[in-house]
Amino acid sequence: MSLMTNHTPQRLHADACELPQRQVPRHPADAPLSIHDMTVAYHRKPVLWDVDLDIPQGKLVGIVGPNGAGKSTLLKAALDLVPKVSGRVLVYGKPYKKQRRMVAYVPQRESVDWDFPVDALDVVTMGTYGRIGWCVPVFRKHRRAALEALERVGMADYAHRQISQLSGGQQQRVFLARALVQDAQLYLMDEPFAGVDAATERAIVTLLHDLRAAGRTVLVVHHDLQTVREYFDQLILLNMRVVAHGPTDEVFTDANLHATYGGRLTLLSEAAEALAQQERP
Amino acid sequence: MSVEVQIGVWVAVLGSLCAVACAVPGTLLVLRRQSMMGDAISHTVLPGLAIAFLITHSRDPLPMFIGAVLIGLLTALAVQWVQRLGRMDSGTSMGVVFTTLFALGIVLMSGDLLRSVDLDAKCVLYGNVDAAASSIILKQVAVPRELWTLGGVLAMNALLVGVFYKEFKVSAFDPALADSLGISSRAMHYLLMTMTAITTVAAFEVVGSIIVIAMLIVPAATAYLLTDRFGWMFVWSVVFGVLAVIGGTVAAVTVPTWFGYTATVSAGAMAVAGGLLFVGVWFASPRHGLASKYVHRAAMSLRVLREDVLGLLYRLEEMRVVDHAEGTPRFLRRVLDAGPIASRLALRALERRGLICATAGVYALTDAGRDRARRLVRTHRLWESYLAHHMHIPVDHVHGSAEVLEHVTTDEMQDRLADETAQPMYDPHGKRVPPAGRE
Repeated sequence: MSLMTNHTPQRLHADACELPQRQVPRHPADAPLSIHDMTVAYHRKPVLWDVDLDIPQGKLVGIVGPNGAGKSTLLKAALDLVPKVSGRVLVYGKPYKKQRRMVAYVPQRESVDWDFPVDALDVVTMGTYGRIGWCVPVFRKHRRAALEALERVGMADYAHRQISQLSGGQQQRVFLARALVQDAQLYLMDEPFAGVDAATERAIVTLLHDLRAAGRTVLVVHHDLQTVREYFDQLILLNMRVVAHGPTDEVFTDANLHATYGGRLTLLSEAAEALAQQERP
Repeated sequence: MSVEVQIGVWVAVLGSLCAVACAVPGTLLVLRRQSMMGDAISHTVLPGLAIAFLITHSRDPLPMFIGAVLIGLLTALAVQWVQRLGRMDSGTSMGVVFTTLFALGIVLMSGDLLRSVDLDAKCVLYGNVDAAASSIILKQVAVPRELWTLGGVLAMNALLVGVFYKEFKVSAFDPALADSLGISSRAMHYLLMTMTAITTVAAFEVVGSIIVIAMLIVPAATAYLLTDRFGWMFVWSVVFGVLAVIGGTVAAVTVPTWFGYTATVSAGAMAVAGGLLFVGVWFASPRHGLASKYVHRAAMSLRVLREDVLGLLYRLEEMRVVDHAEGTPRFLRRVLDAGPIASRLALRALERRGLICATAGVYALTDAGRDRARRLVRTHRLWESYLAHHMHIPVDHVHGSAEVLEHVTTDEMQDRLADETAQPMYDPHGKRVPPAGRE
């Protein structure tokens, strides 16, 4: 792995030469999420390089980038769902393992089996399991909290529907309700807007605004560049490395987008491919 | 009670204990889509016993039991390793691991190594529930060991699922969420693998290591067809497991005699009965059953036909060609290409609902029917406009799609369609789009 850690940051950024040099981050101690020099690889092939991020308190932060840019991986690695090659992740200044209760994760909708024999209320109630603790059963108050969360996303009428009988948008709202019932400070959402109907899209936007008004911090993987300016206070442009990060108005520029979505493989991704091949005899 | 009946009762009791003990891990395996893991683990009981004997040189049940369970767990671990390091799917990985171990078991059993012990491979594979039951009755064994073992395993399984109920539930449904909540999905996986290994080892003596797979998976799969609730999955698995055992026990002694043969192996008959139950439920289950699916489909196509009749009559009125030739059942049937029974059912239902009425064998729309029909035709033509102008589908293609879409369009969707197509007066074919209300 020494190959991966020995390069200098200057080399990395020389690739995107039109961009101003990013400043070395300061990592404020109380940031909801602070990632320092995180590198993640799948089967030795790096998919995220040296990510430095500090997510400020109380903001809606979007993550955009092309397919395979490592957007979902960024969230998963921050939550220890996939192993990191190197790097450190702090949630409100402490390691994530000590701060689980502060964080709620909304995975991609396709990540679960929707034929599973549970109803919408069951799924939302799962959000309370962390609070309940091992081996303790679910009590009525937890189910009531889950029902309230379903109400907040306009799904109370569907509480007892088996989840495969819900539309895609409704399933997404169930997932959001499950995150709400966790009552976290930091929300990590993976493509919540993917493939949802107009009503759900509005419901999600309202929800995001409510969360921000309550001082929560939300990190959203997003795919629709059209709505970026409208939805997010801050933006992270990601393509295997952080291309740019900052207030949406400053970061959402043609030059940055070009650097993120530019069609050709960068030297970096070619090198990643070489690293993966190197393993093979 | 005759001796045969007493033996039969014991067969059913032992079998039921097996079935209930297996239902618990089996349900979880089916829900986690790891059914074949039960298969893999139960196959490695054979090498497990052989290796345990080679190490301890004793036929004591306890070391044998522990050895078999450990090999079962090793199988689960090896499957994960091969899958991860070899980058294979779990099916391939299991196929490699358990066949190798199973073959090793066969080699050890049939070689001179174990000649001295009477570990009968056949007995390991098929079990000896009949022999166990007979010995209880004939040899007057007070409380057979199998009863204690199975009862203990059953109690353990019930306790574990009771205690870790919500942990099993969340890690089966969404492992990533479970991990992010601090409920290790990996720990739950290996807990289930341990339960599966212990259960298969305990059950193999009675039903054999192959039939135990059927007991793990088939009742749970049957339950999956029947219920949409996690908790009920366990209840139904137990019910179907016990039904299969009772059915199998009875069938094993009765069915062969009808054809002039002697009674067959009960364990095998139990598995066959379980399979038949599965087929029966698959056919008759109210929600996922074939029968209800066909009934539902038939009801759907009748509704579509009724709506098509209304639409057709409306279009005929529009063209002002309603006369004796057009409104007859025969004409409607021919235009709509419907069968005689279906069209008669559809017409009768429409008449009963007061949407059409017949005068001298010629059908015409009533006022209520005209309202419904207008809505349908409006939806159809709005869809055509939408498809042609918004989706840029060629005008000569849109009719067929609109024909399908008009039957699933709600009022709310129709409103939105009208908004998005800017309330057109005419559809792409130049036909008038009827207004939403009465004219």
